[in-house]
Amino acid sequence: MDKVTKLNVNGSIHSIDADESASLLSVLREQLDVTGTKYGCGEGECGACTVLVDGNWRRSCITHVGTVAQKKITTIEGLATGDRLHPLQQAFLDEGAMQCAYCTSGMIMTGVALLAQKPDPSAGEIAEFMEGNVCRCGTHPRIVNAIRRAAHAMKGAGKESRS
Amino acid sequence: MKDLETLATQLEPERYELSAGPAYRFQVDRRDFFKFLGAGIVVSCVLKDVGAGQESGGGRRGGEALPKDIGSWLHIGEDGVVTVYTGKVEMGQNIRTSLTQAVAEELSVAPEKIRMVMGDTKLTPFDRGTFGSLTTPVMNLQLRRVASAARDVLVGVAAAQWNVDRKGLVAAEGKVTDVAGKRSVEYAALAKGQLLTATLPAEDPLIPASQWKVAGQSMPKVDGRDFVTGKHRYPSDQKVPDMLHGKILRPAAFGATLASVDTSRAEQMPGVTVVRDGNFVGVAAPTAETAGRAVAAIKAEWKSDPQPSSKELFDVLKKTSSEGADPTGDAGRVTTGTVDEAMAAAEHRLQQTYTVSYIAHTPLEPRAALAQWEGDNVTVWTGTQRPFGVRAELAEAFHIPEDHVRVLMPDTGSGYGGKHTGETAIEAARLARAAKRPVRVVWTREEEFTWAYFRPAGVMDLSAGARKDGTITAWEHHNYNSGAAGIKTYYEIANQRIQFHPSRSPLRQGSYRALAATANHFARESFMDELAHGLKMDPLEFRLKNMKNDRLRAVFETGAKKFGWGGAKAAGHGFGMGGGYEKLGYIATFAEVAVNAKSGEVKVVRVVTAFDCGAIVNPDNLRNQIEGSNIMGLGGALFEAIEFENGRILNGRMSEYRVPRFSDVPVLETVLVDRKDMPSVGAGECPMVGLAPAIANAVFDATGVRLRGLPLVPNGVKSS
Repeated sequence: MDKVTKLNVNGSIHSIDADESASLLSVLREQLDVTGTKYGCGEGECGACTVLVDGNWRRSCITHVGTVAQKKITTIEGLATGDRLHPLQQAFLDEGAMQCAYCTSGMIMTGVALLAQKPDPSAGEIAEFMEGNVCRCGTHPRIVNAIRRAAHAMKGAGKESRS
Repeated sequence: MKDLETLATQLEPERYELSAGPAYRFQVDRRDFFKFLGAGIVVSCVLKDVGAGQESGGGRRGGEALPKDIGSWLHIGEDGVVTVYTGKVEMGQNIRTSLTQAVAEELSVAPEKIRMVMGDTKLTPFDRGTFGSLTTPVMNLQLRRVASAARDVLVGVAAAQWNVDRKGLVAAEGKVTDVAGKRSVEYAALAKGQLLTATLPAEDPLIPASQWKVAGQSMPKVDGRDFVTGKHRYPSDQKVPDMLHGKILRPAAFGATLASVDTSRAEQMPGVTVVRDGNFVGVAAPTAETAGRAVAAIKAEWKSDPQPSSKELFDVLKKTSSEGADPTGDAGRVTTGTVDEAMAAAEHRLQQTYTVSYIAHTPLEPRAALAQWEGDNVTVWTGTQRPFGVRAELAEAFHIPEDHVRVLMPDTGSGYGGKHTGETAIEAARLARAAKRPVRVVWTREEEFTWAYFRPAGVMDLSAGARKDGTITAWEHHNYNSGAAGIKTYYEIANQRIQFHPSRSPLRQGSYRALAATANHFARESFMDELAHGLKMDPLEFRLKNMKNDRLRAVFETGAKKFGWGGAKAAGHGFGMGGGYEKLGYIATFAEVAVNAKSGEVKVVRVVTAFDCGAIVNPDNLRNQIEGSNIMGLGGALFEAIEFENGRILNGRMSEYRVPRFSDVPVLETVLVDRKDMPSVGAGECPMVGLAPAIANAVFDATGVRLRGLPLVPNGVKSS
């Protein structure tokens, strides 16, 4: 079996030593100690392990690391710019969109992917896109509000930067 | 506040919450604090009532001596940082925040100056566990008292330094001010160079809720930024140098014993340690992947007895129920008046049976523990609602004194009553002892679904007699297996016979958010709806006719108004209500459902919740808890059920066990009844109990079909 020895995570190339069939989640958590990405179910059914691969959401627990060896992986740790949170991270704080927050990183990563595709999603579109992400504490309405809040913030920021 | 203490004794821990362990008296020398915290002021409170309040019921169980001396303490450092120690733990209820608010209020210090040390058995006072909605009525009050006492100490120190009468001094906003002398000093400066410990009686007065400035306000999660950036380390993220990964060989069925085992292939794998100790077989390996391969390489044969399946569950629970006294102390037994005579004389009679299935907590973070030995001392980081209980379990398992065990609880990925036990901690510690290296065990989702414990299933038999005018005259409520919580009726009925009957549960069962109150409220509030329809009365009117308590009436009336009870509804839609009194809170829940006539699919479109939990500590977090209770409650109400057969779980995966998702979530409207004149009580459980009956009653309203089992509609509703 081929080995994967390098992985581009959050803008840096990291040395790893993994079989290409190892899950991306296990490599991130165990080899790189990047633990913001969570294990929830191991079968891509809960979304806790969601990361971005070249900007698209991906369930890292069912992603073989060999399939993403040449790609750019972004985890929750790579979302903020220095001390400045991504608008969606900020929106989760502003909406109080968490309780235990174990689902939060997966929710935010999936939400970021949604906003990249659809900058101003309706509540219904958000619910549909987020259906694969489980929150057991029941903060769903707040998560929907946070994504809408971030959408508005990003729209405002976009206008500012254009002007 | 005396009222609250009386009330708190009513918070009878359910039998499942009291896994017996020796009571423990805190023994760490308080002066130890100065060694690692530096100089400052330590204030602790002697709480004569802590035993009664915090461990209500426990003291009457076998006469355990309960720690009555120290309730909690805090340290004020030379930098002005206030470190508060509590045995309670954070798992999403946001008590790290609400308790911070309580201390900030009474000590009059900015919340940013406060650090909470929670659930560390070495550092925090004994606490039986974080369950039963006890944090707000009990710990919040304790911390307010200790903070209030600390403020007194600071005033005393300032008075001594200035050599003035303390009566002229005011402590506020992080400093003590001499109003007449026009001078002030920061708390930090007062703590400078001090090695002062003060132990004070916990005395009122406390600041009344009507004058709260920090408490009573919405405040975001104090460490929210750590969660949105992925920085927070949950129990399953804990790591120490040289750590190995553990994996346990699971039996083929519940109660199975090992007939034969061959571990030779696993033992040959490099770096793998195999442990066989009775029925315990596990491995420790350098990576989780290797541990998984090693366990897979073990050949084992298991022997087990035939066991019941979920298809025959309710018969089994009835057949195996004990007829004798409830061994838990008859917490759920009421006998008043002459039920049989009143029933015989009633103008209207009804008898019905309701059921609830086993459900799984499914905390998104499964059980996890990291264990590290030093000699015969072990430190374990684990996700548990009972760090001190897990300490006792570890001490017992390894035959070591409890002071050789330290359990720490990093804020965990939820619990819902499902993380009371220490099995993962024991597994990790057993492997770590054999491997002579630290070992972390993180359960898979399948393990969590199978080897944790379930919310008890149950059968409820209810019967009642009423006069034609709607006055209930006789009431019987029997609960088989699911539990006694919430079994007592809050309707005014002269003749009652209420009893909980324990059964032999086919599955391992335990605590679950709101305990059996969900089952008992479902049965009672559905039954009330059936009675109302039988008497041709409006369900709200019928309830109010039989209800005296003003606070309960208020939530029903307020909720009904907000919901538009009695108003028009769309075709295929139905309205229903349910509510009650639980964990010292008052709840009324109104649901609107839409039933698809063709498919039978039931969609809950709107839920209005009116809730009174006394003086509100943090309104936004309270709303969050109420919304969460409703959304989590949707699962158990509509579709969650564990299926099992012959000692095996049949749907123990996330893909096979349906939990609520975004598309299931209705419009949620919450009415908070803020009673500033009443003690603050918990809100994590009570708001859940009205939902299932409200939905069941709404389905009846929409279709005429009466559903008497939870989950109500795993496959939709078949209209007759």
